[in-house]
Amino acid sequence: MNVSTQNRRDFLKKSAAITVAPGVLLYSVSPKAHHAEKPVTSETRWGMLIDTNKCVDNCTACLDACVEEHGLTEDVPVEIKPVWIRKVTVRDKQTGRETFLPLMCQHCENPPCVDVCPTGASFKRADGIVLVDRHTCIGCRYCMMACPYKARSFVHEALENQKPHSPRGKGTVESCNFCVYRIDHGMGPACIEACEAEGHEAMIYGDMNDPESEISKKLKEMSSSVLRPDLKLNPGIRYQGL
Amino acid sequence: MKKVTFYVIEGKSFAFYGGIIVSVFFILLGLFAAYNMEHHGHIITGMNNQIVWGIPHVFAIFLILAASGVLNVASISSVFRKIFYNPLARLSALLAITLLIGGLSVLVLDLGRPDRLVVAMTSYNFKSIFAWNIILYNGFLLICVVYLWFMMQRSMQRYYPTAGLIAFTWRLILTTGTGSIFGFLVAKEAYQTAIMAPLFIALSLSLGLAIFLLVLLIDYWETHCSLGDGILTRPKKLLGVFIVGVFYFVLVYHLTHLYFTGRHGIEYFVLAGGGVYTVLFWAGYVFLGTILPLLLLYHDRFTNNRISIAVAALLTIVGGISLLYVIIIGGQAYPIDIFPGKEIIDYGAMHSSTMYSYTPSIWEIMLGVSGIAIASFLTVVAVRILPFIPRSLSDTDLDETFKH
Ligand code: SF4
Ligand code: SF4
Repeated sequence: MNVSTQNRRDFLKKSAAITVAPGVLLYSVSPKAHHAEKPVTSETRWGMLIDTNKCVDNCTACLDACVEEHGLTEDVPVEIKPVWIRKVTVRDKQTGRETFLPLMCQHCENPPCVDVCPTGASFKRADGIVLVDRHTCIGCRYCMMACPYKARSFVHEALENQKPHSPRGKGTVESCNFCVYRIDHGMGPACIEACEAEGHEAMIYGDMNDPESEISKKLKEMSSSVLRPDLKLNPGIRYQGL
Repeated sequence: MKKVTFYVIEGKSFAFYGGIIVSVFFILLGLFAAYNMEHHGHIITGMNNQIVWGIPHVFAIFLILAASGVLNVASISSVFRKIFYNPLARLSALLAITLLIGGLSVLVLDLGRPDRLVVAMTSYNFKSIFAWNIILYNGFLLICVVYLWFMMQRSMQRYYPTAGLIAFTWRLILTTGTGSIFGFLVAKEAYQTAIMAPLFIALSLSLGLAIFLLVLLIDYWETHCSLGDGILTRPKKLLGVFIVGVFYFVLVYHLTHLYFTGRHGIEYFVLAGGGVYTVLFWAGYVFLGTILPLLLLYHDRFTNNRISIAVAALLTIVGGISLLYVIIIGGQAYPIDIFPGKEIIDYGAMHSSTMYSYTPSIWEIMLGVSGIAIASFLTVVAVRILPFIPRSLSDTDLDETFKH
C-alpha cells in the first residue's frame, strides 16, 4: 500500500504532465513501441476501432482481461460492481439484427464528465485519454450523472489487492483508463490484446491523428460510427457494423 | 408604524429543551451514519452505479432550495419595501442560513471522500456548475450574515436595503445554479429542459414560505406571543400562489416532454409505469402536496384555522420532497439511451436489464434527516442567543398598510 501510494503519485504526475519520461527500455521491444518515446502531446489522439461483426457471442475475453489488469475483483452485488468495460447485446428495432459489442469509456474529445467535475479530478490528457485523479476526486459522483455512456463506477467499499500500476480508491470514481501506463510503455490496452489472443481481432487501437496508423487508414477506408453522435462529444471509440 | 421590538427567548421551556434534545439526537444519528458510510464505503447505502444520488441528495437539495426561498420574506420587506414584513425579516434571514448549513452538511457528509473537503474548497474547475455552486453557497451564507448584521445594528441600517437587494439577487442566481446542476446533464432525458431552473425557483419559494409559516406558528404556540390574523393572511395567500406556480412549471415540464416524441418513454415512466415514482408523483406531489394544501388554504371551511395553515405548510413540504424524489431519483432510474433505435437485450455479462431499482438504506435516511436536525438546532440556539423574534405580531402593533 505504502509503496504503491508513491508510485501512484508519480504515475498521476507523469500522466497529467505535458511531457512524460521515456518508457522503460524493457518495454520498447514491444511491436508498438514507436509511441513509447513520444511525449504526451495533442499531436497524438488515441482511439479504438471496434468491428462489431467480429465480436462474438459467449466471449468475455476483453472483460476478463480488464478485471485482471486493473484488479477489479471485489465480490459485491452487481449494481455496485466496478465495470470498466461491458459487453452489450443490442437488437435493431427495425430489422431485428443482433449485435454484440464491448462498451467502455468512450474517451470523448469533449467529455461531459470533465466539464462537470468540480475539482478537476476528471481530466483529459493531451493525447485524448480521459482519466480520474484519485487524489483530488471527492466522490461527488457528478461525473457519473453526466456520462452519457454509463462508463463510470464508484468504488463502494474498501479495496484489497490493488495493482500498483492502476490505482483505485474507496469513495472515488473510476473508469476505463485506456491502460494508460501500457500505452506509455508502448503496449496496447489489455482488452485488445486479449481479443487478439482469442483470435477475434475485433478491436484495434492507435493514433487517430497519425494518417499512417492502421486505425486512421481503416477509418478512412470503411464507414464507422460513434455512439450518440447527436451529443457531439466526438468519442475516441469508433464502431463498425453498428 | 409602531417600533418593533425583538427579544431573546428565555430558553427555559419544555419545548426549548425538547427541541434541543431531539435535534441533537438526530444530528448524532446522522454523524454516526456518515461515519459508517465513510468507514465501510457506500456499500451500506442503497445507492449504486446507476442511482448515484439518493435520499441524502433529496434532503440536501430540499434544504438548499428552502434556504433560498425562506429569504423571500426578508426580500419582500427590504427589496419590495413592504414594511409589513419587516418584523419577520430577521427570522427569515436566520432560517436561510441555518437551512443552508443543514443542506450543505448532508451533501458534504455524503461525499465518497468527505475528508477531502479542502480539495473541494481549493481546487476549482470553473467549467463545472458544481464548483460555481460551492462559491454561490458560501457567498450566500456570507451575504445573509452581513444582511442580518445590517438589520440588527442600528448604525448600519441605511445599508440594509442595499444588502437586501444583493441577497435577493444572489438568491435567484443560487437557485438557478442549483436547478442547473440537473439542467446541464446532456445524458439524462429527464433533465433535458430549460424549465428546470424556473421550476426550482418556484419550488424554493413554496418550500421556503411553508417552512417559514411553520416556524412562525410554532413560535406562536410556544411563546404565546400575539400573532394577528392579518400577519398570517398574506403569507398564507402567497403560499397558495407559490404552490400554483410550482404546479404550472411541473405542467409545462411534462407538456414539453410530451411534445418531443422521443421523450414519451420517460413521461410514461414517471406518469404511469414507474412504480414508486408514479405513486410519489400523483399521490405525494399532486394530491398531498398540491391539491390538499390549496384546499386548506382557500376553502372557506378551513381558511381561518391556524391548524389548517400549519397542515397546509407541512403538506407543501411533503409534496416538495416527493417531487424532488421523482425528479432526482426517478430521473436516474430511467435508463439512458445509448443506442437510439436499438433495444438493449443484454447489458454486460452480469446485467440482464437496464432498469435499476433503488431502496434507501436506514443509514442514508439518517444522514438526510440530520440535515433538518442541524437546521433546527442552529435556529433554536440562535434565537436563544440573539434577538430574532419580534415581541408582538398582533395586528394592531403592525403596519397600518395591510388593513386597506
Ligand atoms: S465516455 Fe463518459 S467517462 Fe468517458 S470521457 Fe465520455 S463522458 Fe467521460
Ligand atoms: S466523483 Fe470525482 S471525478 Fe467525478 S465529478 Fe466528483 S470529484 Fe470529479
